[in-house]
Amino acid sequence: MEPTASDYPHINGWGIDADPNNEPTYPLKNYTGDDHQRLNWERPPQQVQTVEILHSNERPNLTAVFGTSSPPSGLSGAIRRFAFRFSESEYGHWLPLLLADRVNVVEGIVDDLAHGHIPNIFAEKGWKADWKHNRAGLVQNVVIGVAATALVYAFFTRNKQQTAFTRLKKTISN
Amino acid sequence: MLAMNYRGPFRVRAAQKPYPEILHPGDAIVRVTRSCICGSDLHLYHGLVPDTRVGMTFGHEFIGVVEEIGSSVQNLSVGDNVIVPFNVACGKCAFCKQGLFGNCHESNPEATAVGGIFGYSHTAGGYDGGQAEFVRVPYADVGPTIIPDWMDHDDAVLLTDVVPTGYQAAEMGGIKKGDTVVVFGAGPVGIMAAKSAWLFGAGRVIVIDHLEYRLDFVKKYAQCEAYNFRSMEDPVLFIKKTTDWFGADVCIDAVGGDAAGSALQTITGRKLMIQAGSATALHWAINSVKKGGIVSIVGVYGPTDNLVPIGNVVNKGITIRANQASVKRLLPKLIDHIQAGRLNPKEIITHRVPLEEVSDAYHIFSAKLDNCIKPILIPPSARQ
Ligand SMILES: NC(=O)c1ccc[n+]([C@@H]2O[C@H](COP(=O)([O-])OP(=O)(O)OC[C@H]3O[C@@H](n4cnc5c(N)ncnc54)[C@H](O)[C@@H]3O)[C@@H](O)[C@H]2O)c1
Ligand SMILES: [Zn+2]
Ligand SMILES: [Zn+2]
Repeated sequence: MEPTASDYPHINGWGIDADPNNEPTYPLKNYTGDDHQRLNWERPPQQVQTVEILHSNERPNLTAVFGTSSPPSGLSGAIRRFAFRFSESEYGHWLPLLLADRVNVVEGIVDDLAHGHIPNIFAEKGWKADWKHNRAGLVQNVVIGVAATALVYAFFTRNKQQTAFTRLKKTISN
Repeated sequence: MLAMNYRGPFRVRAAQKPYPEILHPGDAIVRVTRSCICGSDLHLYHGLVPDTRVGMTFGHEFIGVVEEIGSSVQNLSVGDNVIVPFNVACGKCAFCKQGLFGNCHESNPEATAVGGIFGYSHTAGGYDGGQAEFVRVPYADVGPTIIPDWMDHDDAVLLTDVVPTGYQAAEMGGIKKGDTVVVFGAGPVGIMAAKSAWLFGAGRVIVIDHLEYRLDFVKKYAQCEAYNFRSMEDPVLFIKKTTDWFGADVCIDAVGGDAAGSALQTITGRKLMIQAGSATALHWAINSVKKGGIVSIVGVYGPTDNLVPIGNVVNKGITIRANQASVKRLLPKLIDHIQAGRLNPKEIITHRVPLEEVSDAYHIFSAKLDNCIKPILIPPSARQ
């Protein structure tokens, strides 16, 4: 038997939006047939383009409005331009964009320095919050970091006669 | 003005930026009074979304006061307090006209597979977002909605995304009275999905996560069952057993690409990024729903590919429904629910952080420190 609101007295509004027509095929859109007009709606006025905007090759034009944050620039910009030659269906589009994002991080640091700003990476990563709420975790991270650095240092300096490479080979074969 | 500024994965700071300008007759400039950090921002923060450019300001969940309007704006006046839906939507294209405000075709030149979203990388239109003192809001006549006088602004800011998304997750589940609904994820979105499932007549609501403090919260807040997947050998088997070996009627993925719980998914999806985020929760959802059941996905994944058991979708005859929430479509109904006390979103806010401390706020929310559920950022200009 179908439950009723009296079965759920503790839930304010139980079942109030239940809709027997909400079958899996029931679309969450109010079908109007507009789909068959394709792109022929009355377009909003076009925003004037003042900075470089890359646009998907799966559409014929820019959208009527768009964001103007951080236009492509430098090496990352060149990689992004290349990526936009490929459709959204291609790895050739997304993988270069991810690469560009990483290159952009280095450009960001260079840009900071060029403006006389030394980025406080620990502050940017919110380590102050760690000190307050996760001190053990922070200390553990620092200890692991220091230990790893010390190990690497020891590995490369222990025996000057042996090259680091032959030592690495030995370590692996052991 | 002060704004959040993305510097690279796990690195953000508050920095000065030029005041935004009206660039289109339909634009408004809004002075932000509150903005939130969302689970979606974490995908950007973790470097998972392609074309996330250094220098961008994030923030798609914000409310504020209209400061300036473009020449064609008619529905708003300077001084109005507005809820700004996270979707940038024109109201005129074939998709907007049919209520699909999350899929507008006139708001994102960079991609056709996703509509425009404030402060959400160039893959979602390249808009600077609302984790700032001021923000440019295009199509101001379409999305922004005046905050009713009686409404608490902490509730209002959650209507920009979290509440409609959780509600739509339940709506897309096509819940029938008496259905057992399993929600993966006890973040703000999963919490709202669990709460909303009852409104559609769910008979039983089960939430799965691995953060005890969130499970404790959702159990009370959404009056549902809540279980820790770390304490189960196999969450799918657990759900099969607890549904008399039948499977859940509806499963909701409210986790997305930052899911934990499977080493293979985590390494390939979040570390090596050879898939578009880890699809652990979606995998569990597909495998624990009944034959002919519905899987509703609101968790966000990147644009490439994910490892999911698609063969089981075919063999079990599962219906998958998914979307970015259509905030504007749902607002009238949700405002009603809040007024009637059926929904009380602001209770999920755990942290109130000055915008200047945005780096710490991101880290706290990302690392789930200090029992964080939902942090909101308050710009200096809103604190006087
Ligand atoms: N479709 C939309 O319109 C829309 C809108 C907003 C948010 N989202 C997406 O919804 C998702 C959740 O957002 P949120 O703000 O609640 O984020 P959140 O990061 O606060 O919550 C995610 C929760 O999932 C849990 N989790 C991780 N792995 C899990 C697993 N395998 N099974 C179950 N739970 C698991 C985490 O512990 C966390 O509590 C994100 O992917 C976000 O991008 C979508
Ligand atoms: Zn959000
Ligand atoms: Zn539109």
